[in-house]
Amino acid sequence: MKTLFERSVTGRHCTILPACDVPECTPEITRKSEMRLPELSETDISRHYTELAKQTFGVNDGFYPLGSCTMKYNPKINETAAALPGFKNIHPTQDHVQGCLELLHTAEEYLCEITGMDAMTFQPAAGAHGEMTGLLLIKRYHELKGNTQRNKIIVPDSAHGTNPASSAMCGFTVINIPSAPDGCVDLDKLREACGEDTAGLMLTNPNTLGIFDKNISEITKIVHEAGGLCYYDGANLNAVMGIVRPGDMGFDCIHLNLHKSFSTPHGGGGPGSGPVGCKAFLEPYLPGERIVEKDGEYALDPRGAESIGAVRGFHGNFLVVVKAFTYLLTLGREGVPEVAKNAVLNANYLKHLLETTYDVTNKGICMHEFVITMEEMKKINGVSAMDIAKALQDYGIHPPTMYFPLNVHEALMVEPTETETKETLDEVAKIFLELHAKALEDPEYLHSAPHHSAITRPDEVTAARKPVLRFPFND
Amino acid sequence: MGSYVPSTAKQREEMLKAAGFSSADELYRDVPEDLKFKGELKLPAGKSELEVDRIIRALAAKNKEYLSIFRGAGAYNHYIPAIVGSVVNKEEFVTAYTPYQAEISQGVLQSIFEYQTMICELTGMDVANASVYDGCVAAAEAISMCRSPKKRKVYVSAGIHPDTMKVINTYCGTAGDEIVVLPLKDGKTDFSAVDGEGAVCLYLQQPNFYGVIEDAEEAGKIAHEKGLTYILSMDPFAMCLLPSPAEYGADIAVGEGQPLGMPLSFGGPYLGFMACKEKQMRKLPGRIVGETVDTEGRRAFVLTLQAREQHIRREKASSNICSNEAHCALTASVYLSAMGPEGMKEAARQCYAKAHYLAAELEKAGLKRCYEADFFNEFVTACDDPEALVKKLDEKGILGGLPVEGGILWCATEANTKDEIDTLVKEVCA
Repeated sequence: MKTLFERSVTGRHCTILPACDVPECTPEITRKSEMRLPELSETDISRHYTELAKQTFGVNDGFYPLGSCTMKYNPKINETAAALPGFKNIHPTQDHVQGCLELLHTAEEYLCEITGMDAMTFQPAAGAHGEMTGLLLIKRYHELKGNTQRNKIIVPDSAHGTNPASSAMCGFTVINIPSAPDGCVDLDKLREACGEDTAGLMLTNPNTLGIFDKNISEITKIVHEAGGLCYYDGANLNAVMGIVRPGDMGFDCIHLNLHKSFSTPHGGGGPGSGPVGCKAFLEPYLPGERIVEKDGEYALDPRGAESIGAVRGFHGNFLVVVKAFTYLLTLGREGVPEVAKNAVLNANYLKHLLETTYDVTNKGICMHEFVITMEEMKKINGVSAMDIAKALQDYGIHPPTMYFPLNVHEALMVEPTETETKETLDEVAKIFLELHAKALEDPEYLHSAPHHSAITRPDEVTAARKPVLRFPFND
Repeated sequence: MGSYVPSTAKQREEMLKAAGFSSADELYRDVPEDLKFKGELKLPAGKSELEVDRIIRALAAKNKEYLSIFRGAGAYNHYIPAIVGSVVNKEEFVTAYTPYQAEISQGVLQSIFEYQTMICELTGMDVANASVYDGCVAAAEAISMCRSPKKRKVYVSAGIHPDTMKVINTYCGTAGDEIVVLPLKDGKTDFSAVDGEGAVCLYLQQPNFYGVIEDAEEAGKIAHEKGLTYILSMDPFAMCLLPSPAEYGADIAVGEGQPLGMPLSFGGPYLGFMACKEKQMRKLPGRIVGETVDTEGRRAFVLTLQAREQHIRREKASSNICSNEAHCALTASVYLSAMGPEGMKEAARQCYAKAHYLAAELEKAGLKRCYEADFFNEFVTACDDPEALVKKLDEKGILGGLPVEGGILWCATEANTKDEIDTLVKEVCA
């Protein structure tokens, strides 16, 4: 399909601005080079993006079992709330923002209650940004205790890639520990890894295999006894919110992905929001400003000298918090565990429908997601996780997360979420089974899938070797 | 109570039974009993949509919306064409995930490719990424691109946005960089302390936080003479009137993209844009979309150069960034398409003209500018009691400039009419 630049016609334009109503003037030195921005009518723009929207698969387009991403339905009332002029048109430095502050303060209160934390910051703009922030709290804690030798973060091999990357960004050395055969943390390996140089542990529970690590209290105890702190990656909170709290599992700080568990849309890759919560002893190190309440009046209060500073400008992705807060109002105290239970039920039901045919790594119960391995099938006739993923597209299903977690070969990670119906799960299971049969009789059909998408598989190797990262304008 | 769970109680029973569970509680049999949360969460009871709507509207009504805005300071009030909202609110764009599955994500991938192209056109750079969290983080990530194991010194102008300074301190302090702040002299950065010894880069903001147009070309020359990478942060409208970052000699161009169609939103979501010369392409953090072909030879777009990223490189990645601000990047693209090259230049000229008219009128009212140097759409005037003046304007529904040390930082854009400016000045005099 044509790009905006190929649709552009010199001299075409929308009429947006009136003539200037003050005396014109220009600076001494001005820009010389042309800006080849597209020249389009409003119709051109509208049709172009309508066409692009048709080639974009959103949660509203179909089943989206992208493991670890919690692609649940994004309620429309949340969008209405965030679009209110009383939120949208508010300058970040203005006075008279009681509504914004009350919302942030109350959201902090609710999310602390759900996670068992004492304080929270909304400054981080995404999950990975939250990880960095949480690790900086840990770093500051050790620095102020004079424990500068504590420079290692322990990360299990099943962790999200952002965990080690965030650790490295914060100047920590990453100690990867292999999982035990059951997919959980290997306690002996953990004990071996812990020592005088341990700054902390990063863990997600349930883990990326969809297993709740029942040794969790022992795990956090081992780390604490070694003098380290425990960081909870909240990416998988949807499975357990309202059921078990990270604070009660022994975690000292956490991040949440409001764009996962708390239903805010993902926007094709953000904006998200990655609030960081912590226990009281870490609160002085939080970034940004604290929101304080006194007699029903809210105010922004600068944090002290022990704060890690700021990780983003102003108050974070505020409108995303508005959406998550709206969702929390809808759910209420009984809705929160209701979401978790149904996310787990849907995952177990779909797992049950698939496990007689597919090789599911979760032998017992799973939490909000489960992992299929295509390793055997690949050995038999070459049909890979990628082939199944691509073939699913032809049935209007967004593929599961592929090739993750790294400790499972040919992995497909399936997370249905609680917002899918039984009918959808039944239908989806039928399609998965059909593809399995097809894979055995006609592997070639799967190798060349998808067959009905806007494009067939793209040449990623050439894309990386000879990068074309902008429209070339024939120059 | 709402939870958006569509299954009926009967269906849930059927599903539990089919999957071999006798009750819903059994789903959590792996969770140790003593860890389970007992009792009720201290949250209000769930509510119907109508009740939620009322609560949220009541909250929004507690904030004050101003009739006219003369404040920028990192968040700018520009007119947003109607087509922008109409396009970006399409459900597909709102609800899609990061486009890992290229075959069913060509729309979002192409929109990012077009965004990258437009950022390159604005900045004059070769390559742009798909966005980072905001302008402050873009600055910190740009400095990270320059890091070298032996040289740790980073020159940063004292005239940058205070939030950017804080974020740079957080990111770079953590990495062990030594930040040398270059002081301001008559509102402009004084580069005389730049000696280059053990240093990697120079970071400057154009116009600076106080609105002053810096000697950005001179800064580039000094940086390059000393062997430093020159990072220039620029307002996207300023780029359309003043020389582009490339014309100023920048090696990396960054900035806050909020002015490109994003509402003020109490500070976010905003858009950090980043662009660089080709030689630094593989050091750019975050998502990058490239053009390629599919197996049939048709044009296709994919996430590319992923060998830099966390999901492949883990602890060796160039950055930990995963989710960015894709939807804000889309907003900027639609905004730039609606404005077009002439519209952007006109808006930039009007920003400049209106700010200069405002400055002249305020001067007549006794508020003299603090710095002689020229400015773009912001400037500082002296004022005996900034807080009192801003409060007086507030009572008239006007958001005055931001009180800063020594006065008030004012801003005017194409969105301010002459009448608004005249009213403001009348109120200042009143």
